[in-house]
Amino acid sequence: MSSLGPHADFIIASYAVTALVVVALIGWIAADYRAQRRVLGDLEQRGVTRRSQRSGGDAASDAT
Amino acid sequence: MAVIDLANPTRFLSLVDRVLPWLAGATALVFAYGLYRVIGAPDDYQQGATVKIMFLHVPAAWLGMMGWGVMTVAALGTLVWRHPLADVAGKAAAPIGAAFTFICLITGSLWGRPMWGTYWVWDARLTSVLVLFLLYLGMLALYWTAEDPNRSARAAAILALVGAINIPIIKFSVEWWNTLHQPASVMRMGGAAIDASILVPLLIMALAFTLLFFTLHFAAMRNEILRRRVRSMRMMQARSA
Repeated sequence: MSSLGPHADFIIASYAVTALVVVALIGWIAADYRAQRRVLGDLEQRGVTRRSQRSGGDAASDAT
Repeated sequence: MAVIDLANPTRFLSLVDRVLPWLAGATALVFAYGLYRVIGAPDDYQQGATVKIMFLHVPAAWLGMMGWGVMTVAALGTLVWRHPLADVAGKAAAPIGAAFTFICLITGSLWGRPMWGTYWVWDARLTSVLVLFLLYLGMLALYWTAEDPNRSARAAAILALVGAINIPIIKFSVEWWNTLHQPASVMRMGGAAIDASILVPLLIMALAFTLLFFTLHFAAMRNEILRRRVRSMRMMQARSA
């Protein structure tokens, strides 16, 4: 293993920025998933259904 | 399950629920091993320890371009085959590709300062990658400002196809123009020009970043399918009110 030498600041900053961006991306996607699940749960609890669910067909045929 | 079944969003969601934990686990394991190899990798005889920035910069550059590649295939799916998940895949790839391109620009800049004496120079490679990042921002603006995903899908697909012209420009910019950026040293005729002690950790990190890309892409596609379901249910609710 080598030491980081005279340019250690640049190397550490690169890894720190990368970690920050990746963690932010993971956090944003996870938070979005929880938010969509919560809203979907609320709507289902109020008895709102998709057209495909009403017709008893495959829910997936309702595109998305 | 046949591949064509994945055109069905409900079946796709069920597949994602099953695959995602394994994909995330594999990503974490390969990252851990990759970082272990990075720590043990020797310094470059010219660049010293700053070569460690390459283990982030190069995979991020590849995945920034691959993200646009995914969006290009998705655009064909939207315009030619009208695949129900194509626009979902394109929209989900945009922020992830933008993030990797951002990492590529920042780490490149941080690598450039000690090696070139400057954070930025307007050479063909750096400028074409910056153009890619701006294209991503344009794509995100298009997706995030459109109320109806059906309307934004066609425009986004056309932008993706037009923007795809930039990918070979990025790749070959170091050969077509005289640039400060070094020429290709991994994907080139005659094989890689990097010693195995550095090339192997680089390829492991590239695999880790690729797994991360697909983990996040699958998760973001799941979110987008749920978002469109919410929209569809709200419209049904509004109609019946």
